[in-house]
Amino acid sequence: MSARPPVIRVEDLNVWFDLPGGGELHAVQGVTFELRAGARMGLVGESGCGKTTTILAMMGLLPATASVSGKVLLDGEDILVGGEETISPHRWSDISMVFQGAMNAFNPVRTIGAQIAEPMVLHGMATGKSARSRVAELLELVGIAGDRANRYPHEFSGGMRQRAAIAMALACSPKVLLADEPTTALDVMVQAQILELLVSLSTTLGQELGLTVILVTHDLPVVAQVCDRAAVMYAGEIVEMGGMSEIYHDPRHPYSRMLFAATPDLLGDDEVLSIPGAPPRLDREIVGCPFRPRCDSAFEPCSTVRPGRREPVAGHEARCHLNDPSLTELPS
Amino acid sequence: MSQAAEAAAAKVSAADGSLLEVDDLISHYPVPRGLLGAMMRRPRLTVKAVDGVTFSVAAGEMVALVGESGCGKTTTAQTVIRMVANQGGSIRFDGAEIGELSPGQLRPLRREIQIIYQDPYESLDPRFTVRDTIEEPIRVHSLVPRKEDREAKVYEAMERAGLTPPELFIDRYPHELSGGQRQRVAIAAALVLEPKLLIADEPVSMLDVSVRAGILALLDGLRREGMGVLMITHDLSTAAHFADRIAVMYLGRIVEEGPARDVVRNPQHPYTKALISVVPRRDPDQRAFPQILTGETPNPVRVPPGCRFHPRCPVAEERCKETDPELRALDGVAVGHRAACILLGPPSGP
Repeated sequence: MSARPPVIRVEDLNVWFDLPGGGELHAVQGVTFELRAGARMGLVGESGCGKTTTILAMMGLLPATASVSGKVLLDGEDILVGGEETISPHRWSDISMVFQGAMNAFNPVRTIGAQIAEPMVLHGMATGKSARSRVAELLELVGIAGDRANRYPHEFSGGMRQRAAIAMALACSPKVLLADEPTTALDVMVQAQILELLVSLSTTLGQELGLTVILVTHDLPVVAQVCDRAAVMYAGEIVEMGGMSEIYHDPRHPYSRMLFAATPDLLGDDEVLSIPGAPPRLDREIVGCPFRPRCDSAFEPCSTVRPGRREPVAGHEARCHLNDPSLTELPS
Repeated sequence: MSQAAEAAAAKVSAADGSLLEVDDLISHYPVPRGLLGAMMRRPRLTVKAVDGVTFSVAAGEMVALVGESGCGKTTTAQTVIRMVANQGGSIRFDGAEIGELSPGQLRPLRREIQIIYQDPYESLDPRFTVRDTIEEPIRVHSLVPRKEDREAKVYEAMERAGLTPPELFIDRYPHELSGGQRQRVAIAAALVLEPKLLIADEPVSMLDVSVRAGILALLDGLRREGMGVLMITHDLSTAAHFADRIAVMYLGRIVEEGPARDVVRNPQHPYTKALISVVPRRDPDQRAFPQILTGETPNPVRVPPGCRFHPRCPVAEERCKETDPELRALDGVAVGHRAACILLGPPSGP
């Protein structure tokens, strides 16, 4: 770990959604993490685990039915504290996002260049000629010839539109880039191009601007390929977080281990095992460990006591009673 | 699964006793010219979606057709079930040519070849209960006249598809089921007709990682019981684990084909090599050194002359622009492992 202060720190983030029939759904539960400049972290988990809600909350983009508590500290300053008023000066200019399916969300009747310029114009960073030259620069940065700016979305392939969406997110030179499933609909060759782009942006821009990347995906191998850290989410919580290599070789939560075992590896020989059962409903109170009904290592305290965050190894934390020596070393 | 893969490695190309034999299949779509195009006498263009595809599936074998979007893998499957007409080549099923049968003659065959689709959210009728969905094929084919017998068939299919106990699911609607359960309903509706060949078009790509293995294990079990399975997928890791054989498609052609383990561990064709190099690995310490091809798969309207891969091929030579390579056996690879590249040896003798 370097001594650089974290560029972004999320502290005890909670999100509840009001349900139409009354009641609340606790989608994000006490999410806490921090990243220093230039880091690449994967936020992984299955659908409904709260990974997208977490980053939308960081951007202040949740719908009105959501209530949020906790802090999002950008260079030490809490941007959530004043709601839209304190978030909007930072959105796009300090923290920006590539939305899931962004490559299919371009307006078909406006040129790519005009759409990339939009955040710059809105934030008063550039207009007219200077905006146009910045657009060309951004396109070159993501590997598209700058003179393609006056093309329309349909003239771009899927991979090029995804590059353009990344260029748009970088338009105001953010410090933190949140990428939600940026390669999910893409072919594996194009995926490799986009992942290489994300890595090169964070290494080159990381030196200039300290670009920090949070990659949200359900695809563990993609995180393994790109990120140095990972946070595994389950039922709204980060259940394990640490170095990617440590999580793979020494998982401290059974869910992470079982998720890896459910993922076929190209050259692996081990049997691919599904995880029985389904995640719990988040509109009811959960007693004990949320993963207990699906866990292959559950023991006595798991059904009654909700596991808290523990750090069995420096920089590697998990929410699992197996990491509590006072519970596991009880005489039988 | 690895045992399956080893069994596959031992298995010789099942030219004899194959359930499905596809030979030099061609399936082209016309590109609409529009009124203006017709008036201006623009040339008629065709999408060469399937352009000379040859492969076979034996009973008790799972073959994975792998490739990027637009390579023609789904059109190949649709042509095999005659949803799309072929312009050339032959499709033999159970020893008989089916490429030229009329719709009426095809009817009994439709029972023997079943297909399941990628998206179990789209492929099930939201107004049908699980019972209705699984019973419908039996009724359409007027197979079982008595209601009680039909019900028994539905229960049996549900049990085979892992929807147990059936009573728990039979009266549910799709919205009351998870994604994995929906895909199992789709599989049960295929199994109820006792097909000999099951085509699975991206059967798990819409599902969560934790339930994928269960669906794939189900397909693997059906294969063990003697069903032929043709799996269409873009996921090489899944194909490597579950299929006996892998056929890699590029622009309407199979460019490499062979025992699954051998194709991923010892790829021969430059396209397969590149494709395998970009597959992210589970172990972060085994990060791939991707050999990234520039650009994307070209438009199948304008298939390059010679080897269709030559414009993107890192090792292409001048002669690759002229010769359209055929799939052929190679030195130093497992039996039944073939690739279509003139730069690969041997060509010692015909």
